[in-house]
Formats: sequence, structure tokens, C-alpha cells
Amino acid sequence: MSQAASLKKMTIGESGLTVVFAATAFLCMIGAAKALDAPFAFHASLGAAASLAAVFAILNRYFDRPAALPPQEINGRPNYNLGPIKFASFMAVFWGIAGFTVGLLIASQLAWPALNFDLPWTSFGRLRPLHTSAVIFAFGGNVLLATSFYVVQKSSRVRLAGYIAPWFVVLGYNFFIVIAGTGYLLGVTQGKEYAEPEWYADLWLTIVWVVYLLVFLVTLIKRKEPHIFVANWFYLAFIVTIAVLHLGNNPPLPVSVFGSKSYIAWGGVQDAMFQWWYGHNAVGFFLTAGFLAIMYYFVPKRAERPIYSYRLSIIHFWALIFLYIWAGPHHLHYTALPDWAQTLGMTFSIMLWMPSWGGMINGLMTLSGAWDKLRTDPVLRMLVVSVAFYGMSTFEGPMMSIKVVNSLSHYTDWTIGHVHSGALGWVGFVSFGALYCLVPWLWDRKLYSLKLVNWHFWVATIGIVLYISAMWVSGILQGLMWRAYTSLGFLEYSFIETVEAMHPFYIIRAAGGALFLVGSLIMAYNLWMTVRAGEAEVQSPVALQPAE
Amino acid sequence: MAEHNEIDQVTGTATTGHQWDGIKELNTPLPRWWVITFYITIVWSIGYWIVYPAWPLLASHTTGLFGYSSRADVAVELANLEKIRGDKMVKLGAASLVEIEKDPALLALARARGKTVFGDNCAPCHGSGGAGAKGYPNLNDDEWIWGGSLDKILETIQYGARSGHAKAHEGAMLAFGKEGVLKKEEIVTVANYVRALSGLSTGKGYDAKAGAKIFADNCVACHGDAGKGNQELGAPNLTDKIWLYGSDEATLVETISNGRAGVMPAWVGRLDPSTIKALAVYVHSLGGGQ
Amino acid sequence: MSFWTRHQIFEKNSIILIGGILAMIAVGGLVEITPLFYLKSTIEVVDGVRPYTPLELAGRNIYVREGCYLCHSQMVRPLRDEVERYGHFSLAAESMYDHPFQWGSKRTGPDLARVGAKYSDDWHVTHLVNPRAIVPQSVMPGYPYLAATEVDPTGIADHLRTNRVVGVPYSDDQVANAAADLKAQADPDNAGVEAFTKRYPKAVARNFDGKGGAPTEMDALVAYLQMLGTLVDFKLYNEKANLR
Ligand code: HEC
Ligand code: HEC
Ligand code: HEC
Ligand code: HEM
Ligand code: HEM
Ligand SMILES: [Ca+2]
Ligand SMILES: [Ca+2]
Ligand SMILES: [Cu+2]
Repeated sequence: MSQAASLKKMTIGESGLTVVFAATAFLCMIGAAKALDAPFAFHASLGAAASLAAVFAILNRYFDRPAALPPQEINGRPNYNLGPIKFASFMAVFWGIAGFTVGLLIASQLAWPALNFDLPWTSFGRLRPLHTSAVIFAFGGNVLLATSFYVVQKSSRVRLAGYIAPWFVVLGYNFFIVIAGTGYLLGVTQGKEYAEPEWYADLWLTIVWVVYLLVFLVTLIKRKEPHIFVANWFYLAFIVTIAVLHLGNNPPLPVSVFGSKSYIAWGGVQDAMFQWWYGHNAVGFFLTAGFLAIMYYFVPKRAERPIYSYRLSIIHFWALIFLYIWAGPHHLHYTALPDWAQTLGMTFSIMLWMPSWGGMINGLMTLSGAWDKLRTDPVLRMLVVSVAFYGMSTFEGPMMSIKVVNSLSHYTDWTIGHVHSGALGWVGFVSFGALYCLVPWLWDRKLYSLKLVNWHFWVATIGIVLYISAMWVSGILQGLMWRAYTSLGFLEYSFIETVEAMHPFYIIRAAGGALFLVGSLIMAYNLWMTVRAGEAEVQSPVALQPAE
Repeated sequence: MAEHNEIDQVTGTATTGHQWDGIKELNTPLPRWWVITFYITIVWSIGYWIVYPAWPLLASHTTGLFGYSSRADVAVELANLEKIRGDKMVKLGAASLVEIEKDPALLALARARGKTVFGDNCAPCHGSGGAGAKGYPNLNDDEWIWGGSLDKILETIQYGARSGHAKAHEGAMLAFGKEGVLKKEEIVTVANYVRALSGLSTGKGYDAKAGAKIFADNCVACHGDAGKGNQELGAPNLTDKIWLYGSDEATLVETISNGRAGVMPAWVGRLDPSTIKALAVYVHSLGGGQ
Repeated sequence: MSFWTRHQIFEKNSIILIGGILAMIAVGGLVEITPLFYLKSTIEVVDGVRPYTPLELAGRNIYVREGCYLCHSQMVRPLRDEVERYGHFSLAAESMYDHPFQWGSKRTGPDLARVGAKYSDDWHVTHLVNPRAIVPQSVMPGYPYLAATEVDPTGIADHLRTNRVVGVPYSDDQVANAAADLKAQADPDNAGVEAFTKRYPKAVARNFDGKGGAPTEMDALVAYLQMLGTLVDFKLYNEKANLR
């Protein structure tokens, strides 16, 4: 034993990261000591604690591990690295439930404002970014991390690149979420939608994201398959573009390196354009390209059918990423952004319609020859319905980009309805479907209960329908009331009358959200029981698929 | 690509010959309707760029065939609105308040105009129905701080009270406590005197004589001998059981100690003259107009 | 080689694939964003727009912190109902010193671009403490704690300095006297009011929260709300010159 230990060498990653994290811990402690505001002190302390924990974890792992690093292959088969994926899957479920719960809370606040409790950290304006970040970046982000690390290994037939790096990515990313989320509650925000985290969280995310890109890219480079699988095109586009968007939209100038507040370099109309170039493409590359990648692996896998059209994949992939970038100004129709830019935003959104539907066609038509499975497999049903919702919101989106339509929909609940048909229907369902596949594969178990999946499916579907139909009605009603004129040519309604008119729909929306949340709790239970109790059971047919 | 050319049994389509973790791809051609629709959207966009401002250049941008501008558009829209409203609005602008009251058509128009503007501009303070809130007077009862005739109402709306406008109603009640004019006990006494004026119960040990004396010495100048108020000064009637701030002893003590000096904004400049006129007519018609 | 075989270059080489992706996503952003920095027509030339006073800036930071932009827009669109309801449509110039911009994307509450001088300070204070005390149908949260929290004037000069680096034209004088100006604007009896109004002509010094003592967050937020949309005198604004 002692001999083995003496032969054991620290990898460069281990020694390097130990030093880096020790230094970070030190810097954070200085930051905490000299902090100008309480949230900064809190975050610096968290940073110090996390860095020390990282040093400890790396050393501990080093002392515990055998001298040899995990082999790339065992018996000629890739020795897949599943630990970080398991962690990200767990966190996805956790953050999902947290994010939906906060969504339900803010939905209820709009129906019953007393629920704001007059406290800073429970008021709508601070909880709403908590909700959007928790569902998009925490829930969605962890699903993307988990699936991308899984898919890139399986479809490249190699072990994930890096030894500590994958762990660094998943842990570092979730640490970013904690900093961002607690920051919102404490009033730390940049005030830009979907880009609320302050400068130091942004900085940390940049580091994590670069490592993520490297892990993914190096795995691809070492791949054993001659061709890069289509899902990986989409993952790669997602990772690279999010990096570019994040850097472009977030050049902050901190007031002090010891304080949380910063001012963004861009101002006014240019800041608005940067923001929605970012915001729209966060939708395009985070919520669309990333989740399309999930679709491209999990739908054919679960349906056990080939992908419908290779050619369509190529055309819609390149058209999608090229056109998406231009569509940002549809968030700024009729604002002080010059008309010419609005025209570009509108026309490119229209041209984006078919490239978006290319993904839907490829997803749905992959089912040809396997439609009957929808009756028996609720997981596949969830995946397919998600693709249908994707198709729906990518039809609605271009429609809302048309200036006349947008003049009605903008600023109203219609946008919220559009968001959630995409978010709950597409992002939510495709993630749930992927998790139902992934968790049994990762833990090598059979899914605890298909019946519960069926329950989840129906409860959540009813929830979505309630949510989005309530928002369509209230949104269009709101838009029409704002612009309604009496026969004499005077505005018909005051603003406050439109606020009152929304009340019943806000209650329906909250009910829909509650159902969606209940569905996700059913899923959490099901997955938990899968991991805990499924040991003795027979493998599901899907999990029995050979790895190659 | 089609080296293997394996044919998928179900669809009869060739695969591309690759596999990733068991996943294959069909080599299905692009759906025709998809390609055609895509082309249509592109052609439509090009057409749109020709008609509307679209492409940035080095010193300007393409302006489109007709020089469209959303800003020019709204000016046209607003002008059209004036057309819908028609001559009647012009007439309303020219008419005096008395003339409006006499002409049923103008009166109806003014009320309708007033109502829509009231909702977004006045209701936040005076309530949707004009019933007011603490510190913001009820506009549909018979008590008026500054006068309930059409002219007076118009004047109040135009310039406001303590709004900073040069013509605003000015003058506020002295902060008798803060300025050290009256002592705490004296204020409590006179507060009870004010309650008694409205026939409300008075506190234990209240000295009616002292109250009357304090009132006479300090308050009658504005609120009048009998406490009936003075609209010239904006001093409310204290005998009518209508309270701007409240009638319980604590609130009265607060009012008398610190004064209130509530602010009613001036609307000239923000709203156009005929709209303000319409508002005066509308408010006058709420129920309490004199 | 068919078109489809040619694509294999991207499928077989991850670096080329990444290069292709980067090239594709670069175009749209460059074409849409860069001209906004050089085209003269982007920001109208108007009189009156000035940097925020220190107190207003502190108030704006509270506005951002509390997430008011998630319910309120500050962007009146050139549509007739909006112009009628809220006033003149917003100009790019009106937010040119805004870091970040706060145009918003959702109107749960009304647009605030021109709310300045529309209501009294008192109304704002009451409304912010408990919106339903005064607008029974409101769904806005209450912010009673703002009235109880003081603004720290000492750090504000650094905020002005940081803004100056990102392009807001604060003078040395304004930066040097930021803390004094912050206190002066919230207290009309302050000896520094005169110097303050010289540095920020047309800005008003008032006791915004109606309470004595050090400036509170309520003072700052109300000062900010009361100046929104009041800077440009639209009687002097040239509509024709700024169609674009
Ligand atoms: C910021 C709140 C506020 C707004 C907005 C407001 N008011 Fe007032 N208004 C007041 C206050 C406060 C008073 C009482 C002033 C006083 O105490 O002397 C008042 C008084 C009045 C009076 C005099 C009442 C009397 O008894 O003499 C009229 C009439 C009136 N308002 C009409 C309007 C109209 C019409 C509008 C909209 C165009 C409007 N107000 C908007 C606060 C407001
Ligand atoms: C300088 C004129 C002036 C004098 C003197 C004056 N008041 Fe007033 N009073 C006013 C005005 C004006 C108001 C309207 C509220 C305001 O603007 O402060 C008012 C309001 C009030 C109110 C509030 C009524 C309500 O509906 O809530 C009370 C009570 C009152 N006065 C009592 C008194 C008493 C008692 C005294 C003497 C100790 C007094 N006032 C002396 C001008 C005066
Ligand atoms: C949950 C949504 C919500 C949030 C968050 C919110 N508001 Fe509001 N706000 C409303 C609604 C609804 C109204 C209209 C009803 C009313 O006047 O209260 C309103 C009205 C207003 C008005 C009056 C506007 C007018 O022209 O009548 C102001 C000023 C205002 N809010 C400021 C703020 C500020 C400052 C914040 C942040 C500190 C904020 N609001 C946060 C929903 C919100
Ligand atoms: C239980 C389920 C959910 C409920 C009850 C819910 C509720 C809400 C509410 C009330 C809002 C604020 C709307 C407003 O300001 O008027 C909101 C905003 C938002 N939610 Fe959700 N939500 C849920 C799930 C999700 C999910 C799963 C996602 C994404 C994956 C999501 C993404 C968003 C986004 C992006 C916004 C901001 C929309 C905008 O600014 O236009 N939500 N949600
Ligand atoms: C072709 C595809 C799409 C187009 C052209 C499109 C277009 C639009 C338009 C026009 C708006 C309203 C902007 C406004 O008026 O403020 C919008 C908002 C939004 N869309 Fe889409 N959409 C598309 C697909 C999707 C999908 C698939 C999602 C997925 C989840 C999504 C998420 C959102 C979100 C979160 C917002 C709210 C942004 C905000 O204001 O905060 N969109 N989209
Ligand atoms: Ca009255
Ligand atoms: Ca939004
Ligand atoms: Cu968009």
C-alpha cells in the first residue's frame, strides 16, 4: 500500500487546481474582509468556503484514489465517466422543483399581491429573476450539462476528456447558480433580463464555461467515430455561442472590486440592442439549439428509429444558427431602436420559421414506423409532445415578430404565454423525457414506474394548457383594452381597469403552474425510487441496448 | 456518403451508413413544401427590405421606397384621431364652460372626454369613482375645499394646490405643534373641540371652554367663527363630518401639530386646455358640483 | 462531389465545425450592432438631457435592485394609444446615459417613462409603502423598508466616477461634490442647495420622503421617479429631423 502511494503522482490538474483554489480562497477572504456591502461579503465568504472545500476535495480524492488514473477503456469498451452526469441530473431535478415553486409563488403574487409580504427578499421584482434563472440556467443548464456530457461520450465512443475538469464544470456551474440566486434575493442584480448576475458571478461563469467548451471539444477531438453526431453540432453551437453572447452583453465596470455593484459598458439604445441580441439568442442557443441536441439523441434512441433526414439536419442547422442571431430586434419593435434594425429583426424572424420547423420535422418524423409506441411509452410521448410544443412556439414566435402583431402582443401576457408554451411544453417536457431515459441508464436500473410517468404527463399537460390558454386570453385582452377607443375617439379603458381584468386569468395561470409543479414532484419521486429501489429488477429493453 | 446504402425497412429510404450509439440517419431528401415555404419567406423578406428601411450603410441606411417611419406614422394616426373626434372637439376647445353646460351634445362629449382622462391621471389619487382616499379629497360629495363651481374646479385642475405652479392654490395650515405655537395639551384640547364641532364624542377631561378659546385664537382666521371653513384659503369645513385626513383624536392631533399641505399637481402643460376643460365638466358632474 | 458529401468536412473536423459556427453567428450581430455606434441618426440631438444627480442615480440603482423593470416599461412606443396615455413617444436620447437601459419588456404596471411630476412626492411615498392603500386594485408589491433605510452618501462619488468611465459626462466638479449634492437634494434647507442647483440646473431639491434626517432610499427613489421624462422640452424638439 505504502509503495503504491509513493508511486502515485499528482496530476498537473490536481496540483495546479489545488494551488489555484488555495489562492482563490485567500483572495476571497480578503474580499470578505474588505467588502463594501453585505451581499459582497457573503458571496466572498461563500467563495472562500467553496474554494477551501475544493482544495480539500481534490486532496482527499488524490489520497483515496489508486495510483493509476481511471483507464480510457475497459476490455476494449470506453470507460464512460458518469459521476458528473449523475450529479448534474440530480441538480436538474432539484433546481427544476425550486424554479417551478418560485414560478408558482410569483404567479400567485400577481393574483394575490399580499403574498409579497412587504419584505425585500420576497418581493416580486427580486423573485422573478430567481424564477427565470432557476428554470432556464439552473434546471435547463444542468439538463444540458448532463445530457451533453452523456451524449458526447456515447456518440463519440470515448471517455469524457479531462480528469477533474468535468467535475469542475458541473460543480463550478452550480456554484455560479447559488451565487446568482442568493444575489437576487439580496438585491444584487445587473438589471438586464436573463443576464442579472453581477460582475464577479459573470467572471466565474466565464471561467467555468471555457472549461466546459474545452472538455466538450477535446472529447469530440478524441472521438472514435469518424463523423461528429448531429446532436454534437447543436451542443457545440450552443456552448460556443453562449460564450460569445455572455461576453458581448456583459462588459461590466465594477464600482469597486470590493463591492457588488457595477455599471455596464453599454448604455441606452446600444445596451438595448446588445441585451436583446443576447436575450433572443439565449432562447436560440440555450433553450433551442441545446435542447434540439437533446432531441436528436433521445428521440431516436427511445423510439429505436433512425433520424428522419440527414440532409434536413444539415440545412436546418446552418440556417438556424445563421438566422437566429439577426432576430433580436423583434424584442424592440416600436421602441427607440431605429426602424431599419426593427425591419431586420422582423424579416429574419420570419425566415427563421422554416429552419426551426426543420428540427420539429426531424424530431416528429423520426417516429414514422414507431407511432404505436406512443400508446405504451409515456416517456416517448413526453418527448414527442415536447417537439410539438416546439413547433407551436416557433410558429407563434415568427408571428409575434411581425410588427403589427407585436404592437398588440408586446408588453402583455401574450409574451408570457409564448414563453411558457416554449418553456413548459418544449424545454420542460424534452428535459423530463431525457431525465426519464438518462437516470435509469446512469444508475443501471429499470425505471421505477411507467404509470407514474403517465400521471406526470397528464397532470403537467393539463397544467400547461391552463397556463398558456389563460395567458393568451389575458394577453390579447390586455392588448386590446390598452388600444380600445370609444366611438367618440377616446381611450376606452384606464390602465388600472386592465389590471383588474387580468385577475381571473392570473388565478387560472397559478392553478396551471401548480399542476406543472405537482407533475415534477411525481417525477422526482419516480426517479428517486428508481435510483434507490430498482436494484434487483430486470433491465429495461432500452438500457439493454449495446453501447456501440 | 452512401457507401453502405443500407435501406431502412419501414420507410424504404436509404440510410447514410453511419451509426452513433445505435442511432442511424435516413438520407431523406428535404421535404418539398418545407423548401418552398423557406424560399417564400426569403423572397417576402427581400420585398420587405425594398419597401421599408432595412440595411445600415456607412453614413445612413436604406430608407425603403416610401420613406416609411414609425414616428411619421404615429403623427398621421394622431391627426386621424382628431378627424374621428371631429369638429365637436374643436367646438369644445372654443366654448366657455357655461356654453358647454348649456349644449347637451357638448356636455356629453366633455363628460366622455373627461372620464377617459380621469382614469389614467386623476384616479390614482382620487379613486376610480372619484371617491378619494385619505389625504385625497372625495370629488363626488358636496364639500369643496377650494370651491365646487365649474370655474373653481377648472382653476384647481389647471394649477393644482401647492403644486409649485405660480398660479397654484397656496397657503397651508400652520404646523401648530412643530412651530411651537401650541403645546401638546392645547392641541389635544382643540382637537377635541373640532370633534365636538361635528358632534363627535370628546375625550375624558376635555375642557370645552379652553377648546373654544384656543380655536378662537388660532383657527377662526382660516376656518371661520363657526368652523365652516373658507374656500378662498382652502381651509376645509370642520363641521360637516367629511374628513380629508380623519377624525379620530390621534389623526386630528397629527393634522394640527404638523399641518398637511397636500399637493394636487398642476395639469396645464401636461394635458391640453380642452381636455382640462372636459375634466372640469366631468368632475363637476360627479355629484357635488355647485 | 455532391453538396452533401462536401459537408463532411464539418462533420469530420471539430475545429472546422467551430470555425463555421463562429463565422455564421458573427454576421448578424456585426451588421445590426456596429452601425448603432456610428450612424448619427441613432441618437437624436436634443437639449436638456443631463446625467442623473447623485440622489437620482442612487434612486435608479434602487429601481434596478428591486426589479421594477420587470413590471414597468420606460419606453412609450410611437402608437397613438400610448402617446395619448403616456405622452410623447420615447427618444433614444432620453436613455443615453442609462447604464443599463431600463426600457423593460412587460407592462404589469403602467409605463413610467413620463411619470415624473405627474404625482406628488407624498403620493409616491404612500404608494410605494402600500400601493393598495391608495390604488385598491393594484397588484404592486409594497416597499415599506425603503423609508426606513438610509442612503450612504460616502460611496456615491465612486458611482459617478464609474459612470464617467463608461461615457456619462460628469464634470470633475460634479464628481468631487457628489456626496454633498446627494444630501442637499433631499433637504431644501441644506446650505449646499444653491451649489447643487448650479451643478444640475433645473433639478429640484425637495424633502422627497417628507421626513427629516438623513436621505433615505425613499428620498432617492422618489427623486428618480419625479425626474423621469421631464428633461426634454418637446415644444423645442424637432420632429421632422428625427424620423428614421
Ligand atoms: C398626486 C395626487 C393627485 C392627482 C394625480 C390629482 N389630484 Fe386632485 N387633488 C389632490 C389633493 C391632495 C387635493 C387636495 C388639495 C388640498 O388639500 O388642498 C386635490 C384636490 C382636487 C380638487 C379640489 C377638490 C376640492 O374639494 O376643492 C379637484 C377638483 C381635483 N383635485 C381634481 C383632480 C383632477 C381632475 C385630477 C386629474 C387631472 C386630479 N385632481 C389629479 C391630489 C391629486
Ligand atoms: C392658515 C390658515 C389655517 C389656520 C390658521 C388653521 N387651519 Fe386648519 N386647515 C387649513 C387648510 C388650508 C387645511 C387643508 C389641509 C392642508 O392643506 O393642510 C386645513 C385642514 C384642517 C383640518 C383637516 C380637515 C380634514 O378634513 O381632515 C383640521 C382638523 C384643521 N384644519 C383644524 C384646524 C385647527 C384646530 C386650527 C387651529 C388650531 C386650524 N385648523 C387652523 C388652514 C388653516
Ligand atoms: C408586480 C408588479 C409590480 C412591481 C414589481 C412594481 N410595480 Fe409599480 N405598479 C404596478 C401596477 C399594477 C401599477 C398600477 C396600479 C397602481 O398604481 O398601483 C403600478 C403603478 C406604479 C406607479 C404609478 C404609475 C402611474 O402612472 O400611475 C409607479 C410610479 C410605480 N408603480 C413605481 C414602481 C416602482 C418604483 C417599483 C419598484 C420599486 C415598482 N413600481 C414595482 C405593478 C408593479
Ligand atoms: C410551475 C411552472 C411555472 C410557473 C407557475 C411560472 C410562472 C411565471 C410567472 C408568473 C412569470 C412572470 C410573468 C409576468 O411577469 O407577468 C414567469 C416568467 C418567466 N418564466 Fe415561468 N413559470 C413556470 C415555469 C417556467 C419554466 C419551466 C420556464 C423555462 C424553462 C420558465 C421561464 C420563464 C421566463 C423566461 C419568464 C420571463 C418571461 C418574460 O420576461 O417575458 N417558467 N413565469
Ligand atoms: C422561431 C422561433 C421564435 C421566434 C421568432 C420568437 C419570437 C419571439 C417574439 C417576437 C417575442 C416577443 C418579444 C416582445 O414583444 O417582447 C418572444 C419572446 C420570448 N420568446 Fe420567443 N420566439 C421563438 C421561439 C421561442 C422558443 C422556442 C422559446 C423557448 C423557450 C422562446 C422563448 C421566448 C422568451 C423567453 C421570450 C420573452 C423574452 C422577454 O421579453 O423576456 N421563443 N419570442
Ligand atoms: Ca369633497
Ligand atoms: Ca421579459
Ligand atoms: Cu426573441
